[in-house]
Amino acid sequence: MAAELGFHFDQTLCNGCKACSVACKDKHDLPVGVTWRRVAEYSGGTWQRDGNTVVPNVFSYYTSIACNHCEDPICVRVCPTTAMSQGPDGVVTVDQDVCVGCRYCEWACPYSAPQFDAEAGHMTKCDLCADYRSEGKDPACVAACPSRALSYGPVEELRAEHGDLAGVEPLPDPAITRPRLVITPHRDAQPSGSGTGSVANPEEL
Amino acid sequence: MTDVGTTEIPPTTTGMPRRSFLKWSGAAGGGAALVGAGASLGLLPGVGPSNAATLTADAATGDKTTWSACIINCGSRCPLRFDVKDGAIVRVSPDPTGDDELYTRQIRACVRGRSMRQRIYNADRLKAPMKRVGERGSGEFEQITWDEAYELFAEKLKGTIEKYGNEAIYSNYGSGTWNGLMSTSGGWARLLNLMGGNLGYYGNYSYGQIGTCTRFHYGNPDEQISNSFEDSAANSQLIVLWGNNPMETRMSGGGVLFTSLWAKKQAGVKFIVIDPRQSDSVVNLADEWLAPRPGTDAALVAGMAHAIISANLHDQEFLDAYCQGFDEAHMPEGVPSGNSYRSYVMGEGSDGIEKTPEWAADVTGVPAGQIIRVAREIALAKPANITQGWGPQRHANGENQARAIYTLAAITGNVGISGGGTGGREGYYWPASMWFPDGSNPVETQISMFGWTDAIERGPELTRLKDGVRGKDKLDVGIKFLLQYAGNMLASQHADINRTRAILKDESLCEFIVVVDNQMTASAKMADLILPDTTTAERWDMAPSEYTGDVAYLIMCEKSIEPLFDSKPSYEICTGIAKALGVEQEFTEGRTGEEWVRWMHEETRKDRPDFPTFEELQKQGVYRYTNPDGPTVPLKAFREDPVANPLDTPSGKIEIFSSELWEMTSTWEFPNAEPGDKLTALPEHVDTWEGAIEARTNEKYPLQVIGHHYKSRTHSTYGNVPWLQEAHPQKVWMNPADAQERGIENDDLVEIFNDRGRIRIPAKVTARIMPGVLSVPQGAWYKPDQDGVDTGGAVNVLTRIHPTPLSKGNAQHTALVQVEKA
Repeated sequence: MAAELGFHFDQTLCNGCKACSVACKDKHDLPVGVTWRRVAEYSGGTWQRDGNTVVPNVFSYYTSIACNHCEDPICVRVCPTTAMSQGPDGVVTVDQDVCVGCRYCEWACPYSAPQFDAEAGHMTKCDLCADYRSEGKDPACVAACPSRALSYGPVEELRAEHGDLAGVEPLPDPAITRPRLVITPHRDAQPSGSGTGSVANPEEL
Repeated sequence: MTDVGTTEIPPTTTGMPRRSFLKWSGAAGGGAALVGAGASLGLLPGVGPSNAATLTADAATGDKTTWSACIINCGSRCPLRFDVKDGAIVRVSPDPTGDDELYTRQIRACVRGRSMRQRIYNADRLKAPMKRVGERGSGEFEQITWDEAYELFAEKLKGTIEKYGNEAIYSNYGSGTWNGLMSTSGGWARLLNLMGGNLGYYGNYSYGQIGTCTRFHYGNPDEQISNSFEDSAANSQLIVLWGNNPMETRMSGGGVLFTSLWAKKQAGVKFIVIDPRQSDSVVNLADEWLAPRPGTDAALVAGMAHAIISANLHDQEFLDAYCQGFDEAHMPEGVPSGNSYRSYVMGEGSDGIEKTPEWAADVTGVPAGQIIRVAREIALAKPANITQGWGPQRHANGENQARAIYTLAAITGNVGISGGGTGGREGYYWPASMWFPDGSNPVETQISMFGWTDAIERGPELTRLKDGVRGKDKLDVGIKFLLQYAGNMLASQHADINRTRAILKDESLCEFIVVVDNQMTASAKMADLILPDTTTAERWDMAPSEYTGDVAYLIMCEKSIEPLFDSKPSYEICTGIAKALGVEQEFTEGRTGEEWVRWMHEETRKDRPDFPTFEELQKQGVYRYTNPDGPTVPLKAFREDPVANPLDTPSGKIEIFSSELWEMTSTWEFPNAEPGDKLTALPEHVDTWEGAIEARTNEKYPLQVIGHHYKSRTHSTYGNVPWLQEAHPQKVWMNPADAQERGIENDDLVEIFNDRGRIRIPAKVTARIMPGVLSVPQGAWYKPDQDGVDTGGAVNVLTRIHPTPLSKGNAQHTALVQVEKA
């Protein structure tokens, strides 16, 4: 059986440039409004004023997120047409000939991974660049990252190397879908659900 | 020809989070921004015809993968691979060479380079030569033939020279095409030089002030670079990023983003970052962050110097042997006592003010305790690389700010040693390639690069001692013929856009304006004649590295596709004009653009036989090479033997007290001087017009505004790319305290204004910027509505043309504004 694949993301390296996101859009010809890989900016804290001096107590970090090809892919479970399915390598794909564009999967996925293409009338999503992988190349987002913050591979290997953290703000509780995602946390990373800060760029997600 | 002209730019999507986003944790503020998701439906695909090409491409002959590069002025430079099918670029891929090691690093392009397809196939591409028919600036043009365009250019150029002389011709600064061996000059300088030359300029908008003041401090006619981060990774205890932000201003994965992360993560070097904004360098690199008010860096240095001197932690031995003017015992003859830097700091100078950390805290906003602690930490870190970016010097007191940070490197004795640094920007190994031969300009008269609007408006009033005219005591004539190649200076990147446009619209002043570009920019709309250039994808070139640390390289840029529409590579345009002017043979020397690229490369190979041949480079794409002397440690020879290797200053030493500036304080003229309009021999803090101190009492305009470099643009280049507008929307950064006072919430549309103009963009309410300071990411495209309010969000609607005192340069981070809900 094929090893199940996942992503590793190192928050300590990401500057939020979104080369990953735009490389993905270029690779898959995605229009504005359909963005398979997105980058959340999470930030919190305040400033303290004392006379004419001001001191920051502020934190920020970025999280680049695509489809996590979850162990419990809720998008597959809710799909009424069987268009959404998971392969033996764990990669979740949508059969665009079968999908009717009901958008249940989009509604259900807590990571916003399946994305509706209005012009095509069906869902679209990350397939971990299946064609690139078949040629022995890295997925476009992984090859793009100037900071080398992204990698992919058999998730058991990623977890052995980087740990098994996936529950970091602003990501949802990993218990919902058990994502094949491993995060190396920023030193200011907050646990999922802690509400310490807020997403600074909601409209970009 | 590929039909790419019909692509429309979809509107920038804002405030449209997906339905499921609500389930993301911690989405405070997201709910308020919700609008119907349906609003995002029906957008055109971002790539239009390219999409179609992908879908319809035969696996036909002629398909290929080519080498190219993103040659825009970001300071790095990245190779790109283009998949070409049926004559159209259908995909962009990153550098496949190299790896993740320090000296063989892969040069991965940032988000901008990866969007190149939407820049090449942009709806704003200029398609054919055009002549203005409406009023200047109206944007009304009619298409003309290339022959008509050549004749018109030639006739106006010759006419201006006959009537006013060559000094009335000016080729404006612009960097939208940058660091192509062939295309940086594009042939324009060579062409003008053959016609008798033109009024020149010195300096640049990137580092005008530090580039001018360094001659007085280090004897270097440019900026004085510091040690490279490759050196720091191996040898430094500490790196100070002073107004220096490699995470956002050096985003190439083959440049300083990579080396600074390497120093931090692989080598464990400690970082202190000084910035009024929590930049991404603060986020990823800082062990400690200090947030001074914009324009108060020299005060922060003075406060730190006080803390260091008080603890006797300064490097007296270094200061004695290598510097002039630190203390009274090391002053030039004839200068009254009390003029040393130590006297200035300790309250024994002419102002009688002791620059205690408490004094500095009041000016800068950084608490005295933090100033003392960080100052001592910097002094005790042996060695430390203090590096400054170009933000501090882009202020009304920018020259002094830059020199003050240099001075901190001297006080701590870090200059010229491994692991240390000069206080300048991080060092690099400059590439060896030969550039297109421009010839030399027969006109020796120069103005500051920032002085061109003054020279248009009142040229004959500009003088050497008042306005920094060089090569002549005064200008005899204003600029009458303005050429703008690959630049958006006429309506985006120069200060005070509304005033600039008013000056340009007066046809009695500048009589002819030519814009050469590949996009219909706001500057192109100001032209009398538009000449459509191609992008790099459509011509032969080579691109050397720039500020990429100790790894220099050369990238092959192949002609990947035919020129779109009726555009032509700049060199071919110049050739056509040269023919109309009767100097074609002198201009071309019989070579095509491709032949020049081959010729330059062969010339380089005469000195550098290690470089691959043209054909070899076409195969390998990128050639990397490093300094045979090892990592960059500037002023090493001076440090080793200051007598045998003196600096090019009057004393041969680092002049913390500059003898030349001391002279100039009494010779340079500042009629109608405003606060800050003065020269000082020491790098003192100077309160200026529209500075941090004035903000406290200016009731009308109490907020400082700066313009940080934005990830989605290199200055204004890429500003019209839909994928980038979506990824990084234009917003003004504003502290929650300032927003709350004005009833402004995140994503509200706000207007930022002063007496010079008004812009309208959404607010990014974030604690990532200090209270009292706004930042409008610079370089957005100017889009005035019917009331003259700029809805594009160009920060230069708000900035001022008043120049800095010494370099007569751009103080584009010094401005006061107010903000209100739109």
